[in-house]
Amino acid sequence: MKDIKQIIQDIASDALIEEKQKLTVTVEPKQARPLIEGLRNNKELPFDYLISLIGMDWGEKLGVIYQLSSSIDLTHEVVIITATTDRDNPLLYSVSDLYETAHLNEREVYALFGIRFINNPDMRRFLLDDDWKGFPFRKDYDENPDLNPVNVISKEIVDIAPQIIETADGNLVEREVPIFGENDYIINIGPQHPSTHGVMHFRTSLDGEIVKKIDVHSGYIHRGIEKLCESMTYPQILHFTDRLDYLSANINRHGLCMCIEKAGEIEVPQRAEYIRTIMDELQRVSSHLLAWACQCNDLGATTAFVYGMREREHVLDIFDKTCGGRLIINQNVVGGVMFDIYKDFQKDVKAFIPYMRQRLVEYDEFFSHNAIALGRMVNIGHLTKEQAISYGVTGPAGRASGWSCDIRKYKPYSLYDKVEFKEIIRTEGDSYARYLNRLDEIEQSLRIIEQLIDNIPEGDICGKVKAVLRLPEGQFFQSVETGKGEFGVFIESHGDKSPYRVKLRSPSLSAVSVMPLTARGALLSDLIGIAGSLDFVIPDIDR
Amino acid sequence: MLLYSQPLELTKLVHSLDAFFRSSLSPFWATLVEGILIGIAILAAYALIALALIYIERKIAAFFQSRLGPNRLGKYGVIQSIADMIKILIKEIIHVNKIDKLLYYLAPFFVIVASVLSFGAIPFGQSLQAVDFNIGVFYVLAVSSIGVIGILLAGWSSNNKYSMIGAMRSGAQFISYELSAGFSLMTIVVLSGTMQFSELIEGQRYCWNLFNGHIPAFIAFVIFLISGHAETNRGPFDLPEAESELTAGYHTEYSGLRFGFFYLAEYLNMFIIAAIATTVFLGGWMPIQIKGWDAFNQVMWYIPSWIWFFGKAFVLMFLSLWVRWSFPRLRIDLLLNLEWKYLLPINLVNILVMVIIVLSGLTLADIFPAVFGK
Repeated sequence: MKDIKQIIQDIASDALIEEKQKLTVTVEPKQARPLIEGLRNNKELPFDYLISLIGMDWGEKLGVIYQLSSSIDLTHEVVIITATTDRDNPLLYSVSDLYETAHLNEREVYALFGIRFINNPDMRRFLLDDDWKGFPFRKDYDENPDLNPVNVISKEIVDIAPQIIETADGNLVEREVPIFGENDYIINIGPQHPSTHGVMHFRTSLDGEIVKKIDVHSGYIHRGIEKLCESMTYPQILHFTDRLDYLSANINRHGLCMCIEKAGEIEVPQRAEYIRTIMDELQRVSSHLLAWACQCNDLGATTAFVYGMREREHVLDIFDKTCGGRLIINQNVVGGVMFDIYKDFQKDVKAFIPYMRQRLVEYDEFFSHNAIALGRMVNIGHLTKEQAISYGVTGPAGRASGWSCDIRKYKPYSLYDKVEFKEIIRTEGDSYARYLNRLDEIEQSLRIIEQLIDNIPEGDICGKVKAVLRLPEGQFFQSVETGKGEFGVFIESHGDKSPYRVKLRSPSLSAVSVMPLTARGALLSDLIGIAGSLDFVIPDIDR
Repeated sequence: MLLYSQPLELTKLVHSLDAFFRSSLSPFWATLVEGILIGIAILAAYALIALALIYIERKIAAFFQSRLGPNRLGKYGVIQSIADMIKILIKEIIHVNKIDKLLYYLAPFFVIVASVLSFGAIPFGQSLQAVDFNIGVFYVLAVSSIGVIGILLAGWSSNNKYSMIGAMRSGAQFISYELSAGFSLMTIVVLSGTMQFSELIEGQRYCWNLFNGHIPAFIAFVIFLISGHAETNRGPFDLPEAESELTAGYHTEYSGLRFGFFYLAEYLNMFIIAAIATTVFLGGWMPIQIKGWDAFNQVMWYIPSWIWFFGKAFVLMFLSLWVRWSFPRLRIDLLLNLEWKYLLPINLVNILVMVIIVLSGLTLADIFPAVFGK
């Protein structure tokens, strides 16, 4: 850490460096970009992974928090805060040429806060329409519904991207560039489409059957969850995490609960940790099963889809008997879990493990080596390791490109440092590697459950939490490994019973941002296949 | 009415009806009345077979997928098909705005007419063949090609980019696989020396063409089944209507009975391919007979010829369903690759091999004339 502090002070001499939960650096906007560039291009420890880009409204100032990490060693993190006092035309320098994941994130910050980024090649709004009045996440936003009525007439989609470019002599020039060519054949894939896993709109220009360019339009299920959290108390915001990536609902909620518990220094009993971890792994199994089933369905093998669902029913029955919910378990609360395990829980889980192992063998025989399936997946949708890091693609998709990024190994939480499991890494980076990764991760999850299921200690299931929960002032981060990748929680608290700002880092946003890259030059059928292999869930993207 | 040695055959019934009409009416009217009756019979058979097939497919697909399939209407859900038929007849036909009206209304008819035309040439049983052309095989190939016009018209006139893509894919696929199907049937024409269906079947009395021509016939059989699937947009070749990609491909904008035509034609085409494969390769309605074992042959003839036919066709259709529900979909370039780089060259070599075998007297019937000869 000393070297990092030295590097930061060398580049930005008047930066304010604090050792809070993470190493936090506060700089002026003019020095933010050189500092980030310096950290990014550092030789021994390049900070080439932008975990999240968080827009903030601090009353007098509007700014951005960058959470940087190094792909070589995920334990090193730096948080860089920068802000501008200009609320009428806030401008900051873009980092989208250093980190590809910044493209969509900066567009999102523009839509929600109004901060524009200089040198970002596409400064349209993301998640909101271009004619939305006001910037919703600002503290002085006018929530009057008459300002933004619901459209009853359909609008033509205009494919023009505004930009602010800084010329060589330091002047700012605003211009507009078209996104597609003049005579491109443009089709809309989605928002209503059987295989985009939700309401996703890809505006695609085709050349016969070959995809020339994809433009991602999101926001069809944007509910403003992060803003809603600001008006609710901490126990009330827990249920929002279930509505993001609903397939890893329990894991998301675990992350949020851990963030609040670490901030409020609330102790979680061991029994609750065991239950949390076992339920997390069961949820991971069900998430990967559904990902497998949907990927096979996108390729046309309907029977494989039904087989995946059949296995999932066993896991969902266990969830149902524990707490009444199948998809959204609603079990984690601040301080522990809400429901204890039922009497036959261990018996059911121990019966499921060998059954699932048999089924994995069946999937291997039935589908994984089929000539047609191989032709549809091998060498399709190639993603190199550098691209995965730059776009922030974690989870099984990132590990299929050779990037070792399992949060359970590098920043272990709960009981993951006490169990033995393998991190599955493949280097081919194509759809087939992502497909095999998920099946192998199911096996590893079964291993983890096996090691824990017989050793659940007796005790309380929930720690002592005050009736009205207030977190101390400060900024708190937490990351967990969901079925899709790294899910990050950021809470800034000003000492109230409601958070000042909540930001949820979505793994599916990184996955969908890779679509224009991997699907370019592929056939239309392959676009669907690649989307299936990347496995994104739309409510997670839109939040 | 019944032949004592072959009960349940409809030969005597058909002949007596024919004699009745010819004796009581002038030749012109007799032919006309018979034509109308046969037309009604064929259309009724068309619809009934379609209903039965839809039910069978749903049940078999369900059993493959560890579930039950329709089981609420009637015992084991047998009335489900009839309920679906009534539903499609009374469904609202959604009027689409900016379509090419003439082509839009014409498209389903091309598809269904092509299907019924080929259906009419199939020999269902002894003397249960509507018209016995002397160019039977050629006729069936020619007439089934009309269907692709309907598909292209449907995609074009729907004024919908997805339908266009589906129709284009289908056009390319159909034309490619038509070649392979034609070649494999020609292989058998070389073996049997005739294109007429009744003579083809008669020639398979003691030995099916599949065994008679051994290696090349077997290769032709496999290729015909694969090409047949591809022609009818079924199985792993259902790219033009790939649900997960194009919603419904070329028939997206059709609703109600017009969609019903496309749907019906697809199922019957699967049956027609199975029926032609049965007739040409597996002996059609001819029961299994062994030269010299007259008692055995008599027993075989007790099972009516149409049961033999439908049984053999059912086995081939089961294969078709099995393949359809197990494999993922082929992409357009893999599909065209398969045809032009693999199936067509194999076909060409195969025909050559078959010609050599026939000319040099190496068919099974030539090697063992006592057992397999005519």
